[in-house]
Amino acid sequence: MRELLDVLEKNGNYNVEQLAVMLNRSVEDIITAIKKLEDDKVIIGYKTLVDWEKTDRELVTALIEVKVTPQRGEGFDKIAERISRYPQVKSCYLMSGGFDLTVIVEGKSMKEVALFVAEKLSILDSVLSTSTHFVLKKYKDYGMEFAEEEQDDREVIVL
Amino acid sequence: MKMFDMVSSSVKNLPPSGIRKFFDLANEIKDVISLSIGEPSFVTPWNVREEGIYSLEKGRTHYSPNAGFMELRQEISNYLKKRFGIQYDSKNQIIVTVGGSEGIDLALRALVGPQDEVIIPEPSFVAYKPLTMLTGAKPVTVSLRVEDQFRLTPELLEQHITPRTKVLILAFPNNPTGAIMNYEDIEKIVDVIKDRDIIVISDEIYAELTYEKKHTSIASFPGMKDKTLLINGFSKAYAMTGWRLGYACGHPDLIAAMYKIHQYGIMCAPTTAQYAAIEALKNCDDDIMMMAEEYNRRRRLMLDGFRNAGLDCFEPLGAFYVFPSIKSTGMNSNEFCERLLMEEKVAVIPGTAFGECGEGYIRACYAASVENITEAMKRVKSFVARHIK
Repeated sequence: MRELLDVLEKNGNYNVEQLAVMLNRSVEDIITAIKKLEDDKVIIGYKTLVDWEKTDRELVTALIEVKVTPQRGEGFDKIAERISRYPQVKSCYLMSGGFDLTVIVEGKSMKEVALFVAEKLSILDSVLSTSTHFVLKKYKDYGMEFAEEEQDDREVIVL
Repeated sequence: MKMFDMVSSSVKNLPPSGIRKFFDLANEIKDVISLSIGEPSFVTPWNVREEGIYSLEKGRTHYSPNAGFMELRQEISNYLKKRFGIQYDSKNQIIVTVGGSEGIDLALRALVGPQDEVIIPEPSFVAYKPLTMLTGAKPVTVSLRVEDQFRLTPELLEQHITPRTKVLILAFPNNPTGAIMNYEDIEKIVDVIKDRDIIVISDEIYAELTYEKKHTSIASFPGMKDKTLLINGFSKAYAMTGWRLGYACGHPDLIAAMYKIHQYGIMCAPTTAQYAAIEALKNCDDDIMMMAEEYNRRRRLMLDGFRNAGLDCFEPLGAFYVFPSIKSTGMNSNEFCERLLMEEKVAVIPGTAFGECGEGYIRACYAASVENITEAMKRVKSFVARHIK
């Protein structure tokens, strides 16, 4: 059900009836397929993309480059999992190139993020160094552009 | 001097658009959900737009060769061979035009005059008939039937052929019905015309938009390449309507004749668009596929919506239109569309805009967002429930 995943990845909001019609399957087929994808952890969850800039909530995002010492028998997994457990950490990726892990952290203020790095991240035994970059503005996230779509000002009828 | 008297009689005699009133009405009303725009909802893929911008940055703002850049014609030739198995020589069998529409106009002007007849199956795109009339030739319309899934049958074609018939316009996948003609259907048409002096103008602008079956071109049948003028373009497949770029392919003598008119009347197709189109042909196979898959899902959604509302609707397998029958409501096409617009703020087009035989049908376009389609179908359902006899 590759097509089902393609459609859901773009918009998780379709109901099963819509999906059934669009994909030319029965509603039962769709329910079973989604259940299986969820059970197999192919679908790992559902989220809503929020543009917090439009609300009164203060939110700071930082991208942190982390260099670590891989551990015997564990490689990078153990330390990456440990870092991932903090709720402030939104994403954690193993990287090729000049550093090892990209850690994306969210906090209320730059100070809060800085303290997290200083008190939680850099003190971990296998962390060698960190380099923190704050996000100033988001233009696109998860394939969605933040700018308002241009209004459709075409004539109502085109033959 | 009255200006109207100065207008040439051939233009005066062109049929006025009978539904102009409806158009004006639709454009006046606010917050209408429009299912009446005959073009892709996608914008042109970014890499294609970028290539157009780059050509401007480089100062490539001059005329191109009359027939279009050789590189573009070569890419068109490669594409047609790869996609539909037809081989055209980029030197003398391809001309790049201002949209598919210019190609149709050039072909008709190059081929027919006052003694000739042009067979036009309807419902069809609105331009064929007036463009034929401007040449002085006689348009002979063929009313296609829902029981034939709006395909042209050999019997219907035979009935309309006379010694004066010179051109048959074949436009599948079809606007407005969404009908397609597959290999077996076209084969029967080929049998009727292969031994007659009839040229087929095959408007295949929607060739990339077929669902479940791949498009077959009549030009790919043995002996038909030289008797067919193939029209295609970038508008629908690559979502490039505003760039105005199409092409025509056929026998070198016909292309040469069309070239003459094009040279005097147009000079060349827009240069920026041509650069962008080269990129489209080279690097957009995935985009075409993505758009076609997306249209297919919306097609099913809309077809299901109309059927669910209680309207008869044959399954369209091409283009991006559905053509449901509204006969069960007891209204005519115009009345249905006007009332749907006024009562539910949903705009669709009366079938009669595409020929008299479109009476009793409406055209709705599913190149619209899923949200709009879903909401519009809800409104159609409540509208039909109120009015069905």
